[in-house]
Amino acid sequence: MKKYRIDESKGLEFGIYTLGDHLPNPATGERISAQERIHEIIDYAKLAEQAGVDFFSVGESHQEYFATQAHAVVLSAIAQATEKIKIASSSTIISTSDPVRVYENFATVDLISKGRAEIVAGRASRVGLFDLLGYDIRNYEELYEEKFDLLRQINEEEVVNWSGEFRAPLKDARVLPRPVNGSMPIWRAVGGTPASAMKAGYAGVPMFMAHLGGTASVFKRTVDAYREAATAGGHDPSELPIATAGFFYAAETSQQALQELYPHINEGMKRTNGQGFPKQHFAQGVDPHNIMNIGSPQEIIEKILYQHEMFGHQRYIAQIDFGGMPMDNIKKNLDLIGTEILPAIKKYTAKK
Amino acid sequence: MKIVGLSGSIVGSKTRIAMNSAKKALTEKYPDLEMTLIDLADYDVKFSDGRNFLDYEGDTGFVTKTIMEADAIIIGTPIFQASIPAALKNIFDLLPVNAFQDKVVSMLVTAGSPKHYLVADLQLKPILSYMKAQIVQTYVFIEERDFHQKEIVNDDVLHRLDRLVEDTVVLTETFKKVREDKEAEYDF
Repeated sequence: MKKYRIDESKGLEFGIYTLGDHLPNPATGERISAQERIHEIIDYAKLAEQAGVDFFSVGESHQEYFATQAHAVVLSAIAQATEKIKIASSSTIISTSDPVRVYENFATVDLISKGRAEIVAGRASRVGLFDLLGYDIRNYEELYEEKFDLLRQINEEEVVNWSGEFRAPLKDARVLPRPVNGSMPIWRAVGGTPASAMKAGYAGVPMFMAHLGGTASVFKRTVDAYREAATAGGHDPSELPIATAGFFYAAETSQQALQELYPHINEGMKRTNGQGFPKQHFAQGVDPHNIMNIGSPQEIIEKILYQHEMFGHQRYIAQIDFGGMPMDNIKKNLDLIGTEILPAIKKYTAKK
Repeated sequence: MKIVGLSGSIVGSKTRIAMNSAKKALTEKYPDLEMTLIDLADYDVKFSDGRNFLDYEGDTGFVTKTIMEADAIIIGTPIFQASIPAALKNIFDLLPVNAFQDKVVSMLVTAGSPKHYLVADLQLKPILSYMKAQIVQTYVFIEERDFHQKEIVNDDVLHRLDRLVEDTVVLTETFKKVREDKEAEYDF
C-alpha cells in the first residue's frame, strides 16, 4: 500500500470528487458562469482540506453542462491553493489523450503540490469526445488498453521504449519532469461491472470503482472479482488499494437529505444523461444496505462502516456537488463530515 | 401527454396505413392530443454503436430523442421471417436499457400470414418489458386480407384500433396518476 501512499493505520481515507459538471440549480433555474464554477471547485477543495478530508479529485468530460474539460489545469490551481490534501483526476480519459502529455501534466501537478498528485484513468461513459478530439469510437477498448498500458510504463520506467498502434513509437524516451517520488499512484477507473474490475486485477492496478446507486452487496461481486483476478495474475491483493465513489449527502434527517439532494440529481441527470433518477429507486438510497451514502450523519457513518466491512476498501470518495448544488449546502456537508463523520470513520477503521 | 407513433419498417405500406388509421382514430377521439408519427422509411437511422442516445446526430438523434420524450408510444410492426424487422430492433438498440420507464407502449402488427399471430407476444413484448415499458397487453393483429387498395377495409380492425388508441390513452393517464400519487408520498 505504501507505493500508493496509503497508510491503513490511519483508517479508511475519505475523499471528495466532482465531475466538474456545470448545471443550473433546479430551485432557481439559474446557472453560474463557467468562471464562477471553476473558482467554486477550487474553493471546494480548500474547504475540504480544512474539514480534514484526505483527497479531492476533478473529472474530465467534454460535453455540454461541464466546465473542467482541462481538468489538469484546474488541478494545478488546486495544488497551489492547498497544502496537504491528495489531489487527482476522476477520471482522466486516457483513450483520447497522449499518455506522454497526460503524464507531463500530472507529474507537474505533483511537483506543484509537493507530492500529492494521482491519476485515475478511465475511458469515458459518453463518447462525444472521440469526434471532438479526432478518434474513432470503434477503437474504444483498444485505445484505452494501449494508452493506459503506456501511461503505466511511463510511470514505472524513466527511459521508455514502446511501440503501439495509436501513437508514434518511443525510443529511449525520457518523459519529464518526474514526480516527487519518481512515480505516482495510477488507478484504473472501473464502472462497476466485474468484467472491467477483472482487467484491473489481472494487471495488478489499483481499482477506482464508481457506483451510481443500488445494493451494496451487488458491488461486493465486483470487489471479489477484482481481488480474485489479481491473485490469478500473480499479484498480492492486500497490496492493491480499492477506492469506491458515489453520491453522498448528509443532513439532520434522512428525509431532509432526500429533499435537498433529489432535485439536483434528477434534473442534472436528465440534462447530462437524458433520463432522470426514479423516485422509487432514490427513496431506497437511505436504506442501510444501499450504496448511496445519503442520510443523517449517524446513518451515513453506519453505512460507510457497513460498506467498509463488506469491501475492505482503502478509500471512499463522495460526490456532493452534482446538479448545481448551492455552495452553502456543500459547506454544511463539509461541516458534518469534518465534525461528525470523519472522526467516527477513522476511529473504527484504523488498522492497529 | 406526448404520444409517438413508430412505424417500424423501412419497406412496405401496410404498417404505415394501419398507423395512419391509428393516428386518425386518436385525433378523432382526443382532438386535444397530439401524436407525432415517425415512419422509419422516412429517416436515415444509423446502426447502434452503444453510445448514449444524446450523442447521436441527424435523423438518428431526432428519432431517439423524440421517442425518449414521449409519454406513450404506439409501435406498428410488420412481421419478417417470424420476427420484428431489423430496423425496429435497431431503434431499441439505440436507446438506454430503461428507456421505457414510465412510458406506456402499445402495438399493432401487420402480417402476411395468421401463423405470425404470437410473434409480438414471444418477441416484441419481452424486449419492451426488459426496457421497463408499461405494456398495453392487447395488440391489434392485422392480416393481408384486411387491406384493399391501400386502405383497411375490415370494420372490425378499425374498431380494434379505436380500442387500442383508447387503452393507450387511458393507461397512460392512469399510470401517470398512480405515479404522481406514489411520488407525492415520498415527500422529497
